[in-house]
Amino acid sequence: MSFYNEYLKLRNFDFTNFFRKTTKSDVLKVINKGSLDKYDFLTLLSHAAQSLLEEMAQKSHRLTVQNFGKTMLLYTPMYIANHCVNKCSYCGFNVTNNIIRKKLTLEEIEEEAKVISSTGLRHILILTGESNKETPVSYIVDAIKVIRKYFDAISIEIYPLTENEYKKVVDAGAESLTIYQEVYDEKIYDKVHIAGPKKNYKFRLDAPERGCKAKMRGINIGSLLGLNDWRKEAFFTGLHAEYLQNKYSDTEISVSLPRLRPHAGSFNDIYTVNDKDLVQIMLAIRLFLPRIGINISTRENQYLRDNLIPLGVTKMSAGVSTEVGGHSSKTKSDSQFEISDKRSVEEIRRVLLARGYQPVFKDWMHI
Amino acid sequence: MCKQMDKLVIGGIELDSRLFIGTGKFPNKKVIPNVIKSSKAKVITMALRRVDLNSKEENILDYIPKDCILLPNTSGARNAEEAVRIARLAKAMGCGNWIKIEVISDNKYLLPDNFETIKATEILAKEGFIVLPYMSPDLMAAKSLVSAGAAAVMPLGAPIGTNKGLQTRELIRILIDEIDLPIIVDAGIGKPSHAAEAMEIGAAAVLVNTAIATAGDPVKMGKAFSLSVKAGRMAYISKFGPEKNYAQASSPLTGFLNM
Repeated sequence: MSFYNEYLKLRNFDFTNFFRKTTKSDVLKVINKGSLDKYDFLTLLSHAAQSLLEEMAQKSHRLTVQNFGKTMLLYTPMYIANHCVNKCSYCGFNVTNNIIRKKLTLEEIEEEAKVISSTGLRHILILTGESNKETPVSYIVDAIKVIRKYFDAISIEIYPLTENEYKKVVDAGAESLTIYQEVYDEKIYDKVHIAGPKKNYKFRLDAPERGCKAKMRGINIGSLLGLNDWRKEAFFTGLHAEYLQNKYSDTEISVSLPRLRPHAGSFNDIYTVNDKDLVQIMLAIRLFLPRIGINISTRENQYLRDNLIPLGVTKMSAGVSTEVGGHSSKTKSDSQFEISDKRSVEEIRRVLLARGYQPVFKDWMHI
Repeated sequence: MCKQMDKLVIGGIELDSRLFIGTGKFPNKKVIPNVIKSSKAKVITMALRRVDLNSKEENILDYIPKDCILLPNTSGARNAEEAVRIARLAKAMGCGNWIKIEVISDNKYLLPDNFETIKATEILAKEGFIVLPYMSPDLMAAKSLVSAGAAAVMPLGAPIGTNKGLQTRELIRILIDEIDLPIIVDAGIGKPSHAAEAMEIGAAAVLVNTAIATAGDPVKMGKAFSLSVKAGRMAYISKFGPEKNYAQASSPLTGFLNM
């Protein structure tokens, strides 16, 4: 079994007709329901639901407080390499982009870890591009072993691995995995992933499931909003999360809602996802999956992030640099994308407290 | 029953309060000491996964008064082995030898795994821990927990955080009747009336977190729970009059026969 089978069942679903027929009263009925099925979820993603965002937000807030309290887990990404063999039209790390490439040595990784951990953060997300030659699994494993001295919880956001390779990184000390499908629409996936191992749609689609099998504690999935009609992409993201949650109940499933940011590259065929759309996606996902983690990164600006806090978010990045060694290194590299919210960990901490939310720095440890 | 005779004793320690509270989900840790004060709780549970000894300001232990009993819990454990490791870490970190076993491999409903819980209880009780296992109310599992060396049994009233009250009332009542250990109702208690109901049917104590932590005024809600737990306990030891399905006239029709 694979989520691919679920995708195939709905790939040719008539979304246009469904959305055309969905009325405001259909949406209201769903908002007032207990547990939602996939068509209820789709109803919340409809055009008709746009005028009921406040009602959805009230319920989303209630469900989130009930399940998570007024708390927010803080983490930061740590880019350790930006070498990449893939040719993805929307990404700054694209092999054909003429950018400054860099890979941290283990000593540099330790230095970076020290600087980041001095901000009080205990959760870290390590990132690389995809390059078997520059950043093989053995490099990732070594990096994790160095970093675990400074952090209680390590997540990885790297290229998809086999189940056995995931087991290796789990044994080294990684506790969760972030991997975005980028775009669930298989045809668009093929178009935007021009060349490189990332062209393999199914291998990437099944990566979260292999992570679950390898006993990752947490899996974070998402689609890169802007590559396709967001309603469809949000729908498949939610279904994928539900599939994983039902099948691997011992894994904590989360979703991210990354919107395409300015980057070094050529991709211009962007589907607009405005703030209202982003909020609708988040609320629909919360109502559909009340226990799911929802992640908002510094791709979003300060004003929006602050206002999203009570709407359903459970995790936020803070004090972010998307440059390799961006916290400690003196030599520059090029970043994957431009961040929007540049506030420090301390600033975000204060904003959360002022809004009546407890910043959580530590939610796990090596056991 | 006089006050002295109605003390709750767990692990050889006499407890003044039958309300245990949790420390998760609060909007700000600074409110926790005030809640402990208003609720008069003496046993305070906290997830070891959230304890950060390296951070002065973020260290939850600094917000718990020294005269309270720390009840670290194994939240995040997916099996017995992980629960045991977390319990040992808790002891090594100076959190004492009380441990609330939470083994949950179901992230959707957060329902505990009784089988793994029994395994962890047995190992940790042998190591000298005072073990309070969180469980789905089931008589056979509770009996196994007794044999495994548990110091109390903590059945859920409803899934964690749901505030739905004593949905498992009849199963908990059976545990209270049959198990010779304190039964502490944990999870699901959403209102003071739910807590009072648990105490009225003979629960030894209740553990409340979400209902207090997510209340508009957690300090006042802590006090409300304290009062309801006391009222429920007092009602239980006062013994209820029998319930009947029909009214009993205060001027009986056949009274003349006894004249």
